Parts: sequence; C-alpha cells; structure tokens
Amino acid sequence: MSFEILMEILKAGTLLLFGTVGEIYAERSGVMNLGVEGMLAAGAAAAYAMTVASESPWLGIIAACLTGIALSLIHAFTSISLYANQVVSGLALCMLGIGVSRLIGSPLVGKPLPVQALPTEPFVISAIVIAVVAWAVLNNTKIGLAIRAVGDDPATADAAGINVILVRYACVCFGGLMTGLAGAYLSLSYMPFWAEKLTAGGRGWIVIALVIFAAWSPIRAIFGAYLFGCAEALTFSLQRLGMNPYLLKMLPYGATIFVMFVGASEVMRKKIGAPAALGKPYIREERVI
Amino acid sequence: MLVVETIAFSIAISFITMSCILACFSVNPLTVYATMFFRALGTSYGLSFLGLEFIPLLLCSTGLLVAFRAKVWNIGAEGQLLMGAIAATWLALYVMPEAPGFMLIPCMFITGFLAGSAWAFLPALLRAKLNVNEVITTLMMNYIAMELFNYLVQGPWRRSAYLFPETEELPEQAQLPVIPGTSVHYPTLAIAIGAVFLVAVMMWKTKIGYEVKLVGDNPEAARQAGVSTQKIVMFTMLLSGGLAGLAGVGEVAGNPAHHKLYYSPEIISAGRGYTAIIVAWLSRLNPLGLFISAFFISLMLAGGSILKTASFGIAPTPESARALANAAHELVGIFNGVMLLCLVAGELLTRYKITLRWGGRGEL
Repeated sequence: MSFEILMEILKAGTLLLFGTVGEIYAERSGVMNLGVEGMLAAGAAAAYAMTVASESPWLGIIAACLTGIALSLIHAFTSISLYANQVVSGLALCMLGIGVSRLIGSPLVGKPLPVQALPTEPFVISAIVIAVVAWAVLNNTKIGLAIRAVGDDPATADAAGINVILVRYACVCFGGLMTGLAGAYLSLSYMPFWAEKLTAGGRGWIVIALVIFAAWSPIRAIFGAYLFGCAEALTFSLQRLGMNPYLLKMLPYGATIFVMFVGASEVMRKKIGAPAALGKPYIREERVI
Repeated sequence: MLVVETIAFSIAISFITMSCILACFSVNPLTVYATMFFRALGTSYGLSFLGLEFIPLLLCSTGLLVAFRAKVWNIGAEGQLLMGAIAATWLALYVMPEAPGFMLIPCMFITGFLAGSAWAFLPALLRAKLNVNEVITTLMMNYIAMELFNYLVQGPWRRSAYLFPETEELPEQAQLPVIPGTSVHYPTLAIAIGAVFLVAVMMWKTKIGYEVKLVGDNPEAARQAGVSTQKIVMFTMLLSGGLAGLAGVGEVAGNPAHHKLYYSPEIISAGRGYTAIIVAWLSRLNPLGLFISAFFISLMLAGGSILKTASFGIAPTPESARALANAAHELVGIFNGVMLLCLVAGELLTRYKITLRWGGRGEL
C-alpha cells in the first residue's frame, strides 16, 4: 500500500521534474517561457499521434521533443531576437500549443495505443539523472558559467566574449526539448490514452511555480517536483477514502499558490536565486557596462 | 502608421496559417471564410453567436486593459468570470429567489462584480505585498474556480433526479431580456459598452488613470512621484476581476442557452477569459480600440461556431467535413494564438523606423 503511494508520487513528480529542469535552464539564461503548458500539451499530442501512426513509441518520443523545440524556438525568436514582451509571448505560445494539441488530438480520441504503454520506471530514473547532470553542468562547467553569466549580466557576458544570443537560444530550446519529453511521458506512459480535451491540466503552470520554489536550482527541483507529486498522489488516495474528488483536485493548485507565497518571502529574505536579467531582453546597442 | 501595419501584418499571417491548415482538410479557405463571415453578419443566428461572444469579451478585456496598462498580468479573468456566474446563481436561487426582477438583477450584477473582485484579491495582495508573480497565482485561481464549479454542480447545488449534473434554472425574473429574434442580452451589452467609456475617461482624464499608466511605464518614476504601486496593483486587479465577474453574470443570467450552471465550467466560460487577453492586446491597450478588436475576435469565434455546423456544405467528402467540424474551434484558437504572437513580435517594428531604399547605396 505505502509502496504503491510512493510509486504514485514518483510518477506524478517525474512529469513536473522534466519540465522544471528545462524551464530552469531557460530562466537561468534570462528568458522566462510561460508557454510550458502549451508545449506540454502539444508534445503529448505529437507523441501519441506519431505512435499511433508509426507504431513506434521511440518515434513518438522524438516527435514530442521536436515539437517542444519547434514551439520554444518561436518564443526564443520573439523574445530574444525581437525583444518582445516575454509574458505575452509566452501566453501566446501557450494558446498556440493548446490549439495545436487539440487539432492533432481530435482525430485520436478513443483510439488506443497500438503498442504497450511504456514502463514508467525508466522515465522516473532518467528524470532524476537529468536533473543531477543539469545541476552539475550548471554549477561546475564552463557552459554552466556562461549560462549563469548571460542570465545575470548579459552585457558583461557579451564583453567577456560569450555569445549571449546563442546561449539564450540554446537554453530556451533545451527547455522545449525537456517539456516535449515530459509530454511524451504524459501520453505514452503516465496516462497512456487520449481523451477529448486531454491537456496538461495546469501542470505546465505548476512547473513555472516550481522553478521559483526551487530557487532556480535543478537539485532543489527534484525535491519540489516530488512534493507536488505528493499533492497529486494524495488526491488519488484520499479520493479512494471517500473524500469529494472536486475539492481534492483543488489541492495541487492551492499548494502552488502557497508555495509561491513561501518562495517569495524566502527569496525576498535571502535575495538569492533569481537571475538578475530574467525577463529582460538583451539589446546590444543599448547596453551599459 | 507602423502600428496599423503591424496589426494588419499579424492578421494576415494568422489568416495564412489558418488557410494552410484548412487546405489540409482539402477545402478552399476562401469558401470557408466567406461562409464564416457572411453567415455571422447576415443571419440572425450568426448575429446571436456574434453578440454572445462580443459581450463577455468586451467586459473581460476592458478590465484586463487597465491591468495590462499597469503591467499587472491578470490572467485570471476565466476564473473571475466563473465566480461571477456562481455568485449570481447563488443569489438568484438561494438568497432572494422571490425578489422582483428590478431588485434581483442589479443585485446579481453587484454580487457578480464583488465575487470576481474577491477572486482576484488574493493574487493582488500577494503581488502587492510580496511581489509574488501574479501570472501563476491568477492561473491557479482559475483552476480552483473550475473545481469549485464542478463541486457545486455535481454536489450541493445539483438538481436531483436529473440525468446530467446541473443546477435548478434561474427564476424567470432573474433572466435577462434579449433583443427579439436573437440571443443578445442587451442589459449586459449596455453595461459592457458603458464600462468601456468609463474606463476610457478614467485612463485619459483622471488622476488614477494617469497613475496606472505611470506605474506601467516607469515604476521608478512612479515611486519618486509618490504613487503607491501597491495601491495601483490592488486597484487594477480588483477592477479587472470585477468586470470579468460581470461578464459571468451575463453568461448565466443572460445567455438563453444557459440560465443555469451545468455540466462543465467550460460551457459557461468557454475560454473567454483567455481570449480577452488577445482582445486587449489587439486593441494596443486603447479603450476605444476594444470595440474593433472585440468585434473582430468575436467574428472569428462566431465563424468557428458556424463552421462547426456548416462544414458539410463546404467539404468535399463527409469524412473531411466531420474532421473540419471537430477542428473548427481549434482552428480559431490557433488563429488567435498566432495573431497574439505576431502582435507581440511586431512591437519592435513600432519602436524603430524602417526605411526601404530601392537602388540606393548602403550608407548610414
């Protein structure tokens, strides 16, 4: 019984962990991508559609990752190259992604997967491995240093010879890749069926809150993701005990607001974590060093 | 004039994208657009669709405009709208069901406004006091409002011995009148138009409007001038929440297809709280521009609804017609998403002057 609940927590948290690690990279480089929800939905739909069409879940995973990258490139282009407002651009991407997901998804409703659903364990393990590697790369390598420099002070990074634009593009694309992977995990392994209007159900937005909660560190993201996995798993198990399912479903969302509240006060107190240039476009001709 | 060109360019790109997708359904995009627009503007049911989209979009986007002008990102209009609908239903069914219409209807609107504001209160407070990102908190409040709606409709408010989960119908005197022959509930329409003009006057002629713009454009200057950012954040959030709440009252009491809460929150709100973001942005945060942008987006949405039923007359085979009907709303959703992306991407073009010189030598 308790082992089952533990597995539920790990399974639910894995989805969030993939997305959170990706978004942490994007935000550490200074680009906030609010389109996670849309990329997640589109990735899930692409993975499912590709698997139904080709009968190969591997192609499905690849399709999801490519969809994530393609969508994140749109955001990268508008926010990095065209200096667009990142909040609105991310929201637009979110709407676009959900639209794409429903467009691809509408012929899939009720079609079962032609292959057996992928086992969850490899995803669970790889998410942890990716998070640890991402943390190590961010803190101990030249690449990680470049990412952090670009996110904190792009003008100085530029003067030091780092290609700010390239680093930001790469980080946003990595975010898209990870979110796409999360989408593939959602539709091929975690919930391997396609119902009408299956969207990410707000998980993409929880990811964005988790990034703040984890104070932009992939290691703390592991902890945060499983904490939220807990909230989601709790919903299932308390429902079995006869509590009202609709009130229980509010739990993860309420927890997110609470976590934002706690995260905010902590960040305010310690003044650490948030990349200094987060959300600000880097306009080379306006730089001040 | 680059502003107009950017908007035209965004709309053009969106139409091109939509046409490409339509071509995948092996239909002629021009036929589709002709059907959508002629029926939306030329038939009574088309005008009903149009009006039913226009009213809530105008109300929600008016509030969002004020918030966005202060760079307060209230994404919670969807949930605030639902709370307005829930509050109005509560009042009409459980608090004063016997009251005459001239008392009940104003009370419903007031309660709806307050409920929408209340739903924005927590995110507003967290943003004002602790600088908590309001995008995420308002969104989470949307999901909580949806689950609350489900809980009420499936649980305590459910009409017993009925197959589908739904509440009792609102008493007759609580139902808003409509323009004869259409579904357009004109009291809400009048409130919406009044709200736009009030907001226009507020933004252009009053101190608080000036402060909203100052906080949005230059928070540091606002602080120096003694303008309280906290006050502006609270004000804009509560105002936009309240206006979205009014839209919710209109949806439940005005829309003749509703007059009760039922089945799923998406039937009442239909994503209009999110679509209103696009409407506000398309107007370039100009209050009077809202009329044009809300009309245009409503036309697209109404066209989507028409396409759902009209696809059999357009598509060559029954299969593609069915696929087109299923995808009609998603197509409009993609259209809107692409347009918002182009609009936000085009901001750059409005900041710089681009000159094209034919045959000139490259010189600076």
